[in-house]
Amino acid sequence: MDFAGSSTAARPLPNAATTTSVKIVVAGGFGVGKTTFVGSVSEIAPLTTEAVMTSASEPLDDLTQTPGKTTTTVAMDFGRVSLDSDLLLYLFGTPGQYRFWFMWDDLVRGAIGAVVLADTRRLSDCFPAIDYFEERRLPFIVAVNRFDGMLTHAVDDVRDALTVGANVPVVTCDARERLSTKQTLISLVEHAMAMRRAGTAY
Amino acid sequence: MSTSEEEVPGALVRPYAVTRGRTRPRYQFAIEALVSTTDFGSNSHQRGTPEVQTIIELCREIRSVAEIAAHLRVPLGVARVLVGDMADDGLVRVHQPGHEDGQPDLTLLERVLSGLRRL
Repeated sequence: MDFAGSSTAARPLPNAATTTSVKIVVAGGFGVGKTTFVGSVSEIAPLTTEAVMTSASEPLDDLTQTPGKTTTTVAMDFGRVSLDSDLLLYLFGTPGQYRFWFMWDDLVRGAIGAVVLADTRRLSDCFPAIDYFEERRLPFIVAVNRFDGMLTHAVDDVRDALTVGANVPVVTCDARERLSTKQTLISLVEHAMAMRRAGTAY
Repeated sequence: MSTSEEEVPGALVRPYAVTRGRTRPRYQFAIEALVSTTDFGSNSHQRGTPEVQTIIELCREIRSVAEIAAHLRVPLGVARVLVGDMADDGLVRVHQPGHEDGQPDLTLLERVLSGLRRL
């Protein structure tokens, strides 16, 4: 492991109680660039973690007692950004398929909001995520990932195709570019604050 | 977590073997909940299973439950069980994120926004 051999023992221990964490969910269809988006701004190489679930979409429970049940392993990539000496932001890229819905409740609980990454060639891949966030009243924005610098649809066309409300920001981004990712995250946080002030979130 | 576990978990051990079959953690930690090693934990690094020792070493710097799971290559549920047990034993300190059941409040969002703009 990467910490082996490092002599951290002499340093004073940090105290988790004085540090706060927040999270943002990055959703979208397979291959749309979620991990690229996370990686472009993360201070650590994106990590992968797994949740093991039963196919019956039950919460983590009793897996060992029911060996007959099929289990599903769902991988999520995530990254971390230090926003201040005592404030950490985690970005979780999530599988966008319907069948992984069961793990989203865990992901969105307490989240600032979500960035739905969209590929104009496969806009319908965004529908499940958008439906879910609308239902949960989680603040979200749509970020059209500009592959190879080409934006083939105007932003308004994307908005029409996705039938998202006029209050939902639709922005363009280049998931490979740190500054672009940063700006997209800023747009989301501003939107979350606006929803919060208007009393329409949660 | 008992310190007298006989089997040494390795790659061939199914994930929940390290939690002795338990899949339900005592606490429902958020995946972004932060964990840090306590002084007591730091002085106890020779004790416990390899997983416990690894978490003690990892959390000399603050890590989230998700990071612990990723570094240990165990599912999130397993990491939650391990961290919960270690918190009960005083080996680590866990800080749930800055919200209760709802969203972060406006003050926290302001701080996030400022932090992002400084990046």
